[in-house]
Amino acid sequence: MKIKNFSIVYILWMLIFTIIPMALIFIFAFTDKSGEFTLENFFYVGRYSNVFLRSIGLGAISTIVCLILGYPLAYIISKISVDKQNIVIMLIMLPMWINFLLRTYAWMTILENNGLLNRFLSILGVAPISFINTSGAVVLGMVYNFLPYMILPIYSAIAKIDKRIVEAAQDLGAGKCNVFLKVLLPLSLPGVISGITMVFVPAVSTFIISKMLGGGANILIGDLIEMQFLGSTYNPHLGSAISFVLMILIFISIGIMNQFDDSDEDLDEVGCK
Amino acid sequence: MKSKLIYKIYMSLAFFFLYSPLLVLIIFSFNESKSRNVWSGFSLKWYLKLFSDKEILHAIFNTIVVAAVASILATIIGTIACLGILKLNKFSKKLIMSINNIPIVNPESVTGVGLMLLFVFSYNNFKILRPGIFTLILSHTTFCLPYVVLSVLPKLRQINQYIYEAAQDLGCAPFKAFFKVILPDIMPGIASGMVMAFTLSMDDFVISYFTSGTVQTLPIAIYSMTRKVVSPEINAISTILFAVVFLLLLAANFKQVKIYK
Repeated sequence: MKIKNFSIVYILWMLIFTIIPMALIFIFAFTDKSGEFTLENFFYVGRYSNVFLRSIGLGAISTIVCLILGYPLAYIISKISVDKQNIVIMLIMLPMWINFLLRTYAWMTILENNGLLNRFLSILGVAPISFINTSGAVVLGMVYNFLPYMILPIYSAIAKIDKRIVEAAQDLGAGKCNVFLKVLLPLSLPGVISGITMVFVPAVSTFIISKMLGGGANILIGDLIEMQFLGSTYNPHLGSAISFVLMILIFISIGIMNQFDDSDEDLDEVGCK
Repeated sequence: MKSKLIYKIYMSLAFFFLYSPLLVLIIFSFNESKSRNVWSGFSLKWYLKLFSDKEILHAIFNTIVVAAVASILATIIGTIACLGILKLNKFSKKLIMSINNIPIVNPESVTGVGLMLLFVFSYNNFKILRPGIFTLILSHTTFCLPYVVLSVLPKLRQINQYIYEAAQDLGCAPFKAFFKVILPDIMPGIASGMVMAFTLSMDDFVISYFTSGTVQTLPIAIYSMTRKVVSPEINAISTILFAVVFLLLLAANFKQVKIYK
């Protein structure tokens, strides 16, 4: 047997469990209950355009918040001594190892109408504010769950930068602002790009965070899909059509992000040698 | 220095943000009453209740079985596949790597829905693959495989091909040469791929939710607990999980430090 053929089991596996399911989604999306070709499902998807817009909007806001919070943090971590860096990175990853349902549940107990935050506010004499079941709570849940995905790639991009380049820029008279804008930011851009994709993709497609923190009024694409397959409105054809559109949306956004990033090709070159 | 102080304050705030929810969960796991935000006294009763809850113990058992079987299966299939992938021509290699990336890039819910359609379709038409623990293992293996391939392949690329040939020149059978020469070299990649697969499988909720039928894993049990009347047992689970993860990471870190020295 040739070594080439070793990958045959893997290829078959991927064919059956990755390609065929995608094909099924595709087929279901373009057919109706009797199996006839139809575009009606996509017409129904159009009715939910507000849900799509909300998902994209909340996902984008969370991504931006993660970037604003995460970039400085990644930069600060890269500034501390190397053996401490590993510990800090480990501490940032630690909450990620706890299931995200539990993390989101924790925020439920904090944000509830008679939750900890409101109890704390009432001690200060502030009238209770309803935090939960708002779109703000959903954004908070997304940021909390996905922030490490932003910090880690940016940190590893910054840590890779040769210190001498920064020093050279300083020697040549660049101020702090210029060093950041002209050296650090461009060189850490690949990390920023992959951070943005790693936060935006799960944020757009999540369905539990919105359910737990957003109440009924903040349905997202993920909830819509779940409702068609396991919820009250069983309709796998419409569900497939929504999944299909979501998939296209994700691929477009990844494609756009890759436009900003030319380091992929370099990686391929190294990899193919 | 002024900027150092700002750094420290910012970092403390970040850690406060990351850890305060977990702290709240842990504290209220020791609460006497059922309330999740009024403290009424210390007690361990939720832990006792948790360990006598058959449903949850069964879910934990399922989770571990699925994670163990799926990660071993994915590691074996993935590692063997890597040997073959390296020998393919450039075009097929590129094609396979892009297929490999599909489960990683795709939203989890879409992967889950696709697998659910597959299982329902095959059950309705061929009476096989009825959603249950078996389909759960199949789906978990599917989303773990790409990660195993991605962590073994680079290690395999770094290997000096001549060592393998040298072993054969010195009289080693090809099979034995593989186990004596190549396998020890790519072991770190295999190990990290398997650990990754195991943790991904343990942690997965979305894909399991769509493909498990009526079988419960721990994340699914947790989810149904948050939907129903909430009991502080959830907090007790979180605390135990947190302690386990913390100890494991601490041990791993300790080992690393020792190796460096």
